[in-house]
Amino acid sequence: MVDLDAVTRGNRLALARLLTEVENQTPAGEQALDRLFARAGKAHLVGITGAPGTGKSSLVSCLAKNIRVAQKQTVAIVAVDPSSPFTGGAILGDRVRMRELAGDPGVFIRSMASRGELGGLASATAGVVQVLDAAGFDFILIETVGAGQSEVDIACLAYTTLVVESPGLGDDIQAIKAGILEIADILVVNKSDLPGAENTARALRANLDLGYRLHMNHDGAHRMTIKENEVKNTTAWTPPIIQTIATQHNGIDEVIAEILRHREYLIDTGLREKREQDRLRSEVYHLLQTGLVKRWQQLTPPQVFDRLLQQVFARELSPRAAIDSLLNGSYNQKRGFPRSLLRKIVRLKDE
Amino acid sequence: MTEKKIRVLIAKPGLDGHDRGAKVVARALRDAGMEVIYTGLRQSPEMIAEAALQEDVNVIGLSILSGAHLVLVPRVIDLVRANGQEEVKVFVGGIIPEEDIPVLTQAGVSAIYGPGTPTTKVVQDIRDAFSAV
Repeated sequence: MVDLDAVTRGNRLALARLLTEVENQTPAGEQALDRLFARAGKAHLVGITGAPGTGKSSLVSCLAKNIRVAQKQTVAIVAVDPSSPFTGGAILGDRVRMRELAGDPGVFIRSMASRGELGGLASATAGVVQVLDAAGFDFILIETVGAGQSEVDIACLAYTTLVVESPGLGDDIQAIKAGILEIADILVVNKSDLPGAENTARALRANLDLGYRLHMNHDGAHRMTIKENEVKNTTAWTPPIIQTIATQHNGIDEVIAEILRHREYLIDTGLREKREQDRLRSEVYHLLQTGLVKRWQQLTPPQVFDRLLQQVFARELSPRAAIDSLLNGSYNQKRGFPRSLLRKIVRLKDE
Repeated sequence: MTEKKIRVLIAKPGLDGHDRGAKVVARALRDAGMEVIYTGLRQSPEMIAEAALQEDVNVIGLSILSGAHLVLVPRVIDLVRANGQEEVKVFVGGIIPEEDIPVLTQAGVSAIYGPGTPTTKVVQDIRDAFSAV
């Protein structure tokens, strides 16, 4: 049994062990999440995303240092790196850039492997963040996998999302493409001592001048909606573009100032609550999906499923027709799908 | 849903600036399906113990070429045990003189791998130790 009181009292061993349970999605971990849910929701969650090698980890380290020294608040870091699609193994190397945070009891760093998720986070990242939130950290910095163009899950989890760019990654066509740039609340051009930094910043600015969403929602699928009328009577947020040199702590104060300004903006406009509700709605929806699939698996004999798959492999049935026949019961007539199980699944579908 | 992974911390304590061996081992463990937290060069025993705690690792691999293993390794183990991680296995890779091996074993090191050890041996030892996990 996990000692939740120890976790909320600040026992780091208990916290680390609970995070493992949550990451492994064990029953103990899930029960702990249920019990800690009421205590979470206070921390400011900041997402840091961007292409590999743009300096996300170095930036995160600087931000954490600033939060500790200048803001005098505590900070937890969740750093996600990719798992191998072949072996499931991973090298989690984000701590290499965070050595200046060592020895500070107000900092807690946890590395996570993505474990097959493709959106830039691991499926247990939200749970890990919830535990750190309940453990009382003021800020939680979530660093994604080195992201390309469409890994945008972080925007659903974090209240403030930083997209980190660096010079030389592409021309102004990249800046008008859809995807990751659209989720930025703050744009950071790191490595600004390199040639081309001005051009990168200019291309981003030119793109913002063409217009910017006012508010983003998440509706459970990989789709976000823009609802402009929800931010009536408020000034729209335009993402600031900040040039930094993380290795020299250059521009960090400005990034922190913008994070704090964005946090105020979210609270003042009611968007913080809105974002949280959107996230919880999509979480409920997601759990419902996995729960239904799990129950379906428990109710369906594997041989029924295998037989159906064989028909799909032989191109006798399309995948969609296969699922239809499983869910509406027509498969039953042909191959003797057990009637009692069928009734349970059909009821399940109606619930 | 439940998924357990062996988590390994690979660290370079002390001042030597050569981490090729550590990276080779980290890569081999990755290819064996483990999650390897790599912390980089010039780590103090305190930093290593702190990382091992926060990451809740099962295994710590220390790579030492500097000759300071008799000081650094027992210090790491003491700190890790003091943090309450009694069950964490510690192995050492690097250049360890024959006569120091019993001292390190006495200090709680589970295995010592000298130059030329096949990485498959390291992988197998870790798997054997955690076959129950």
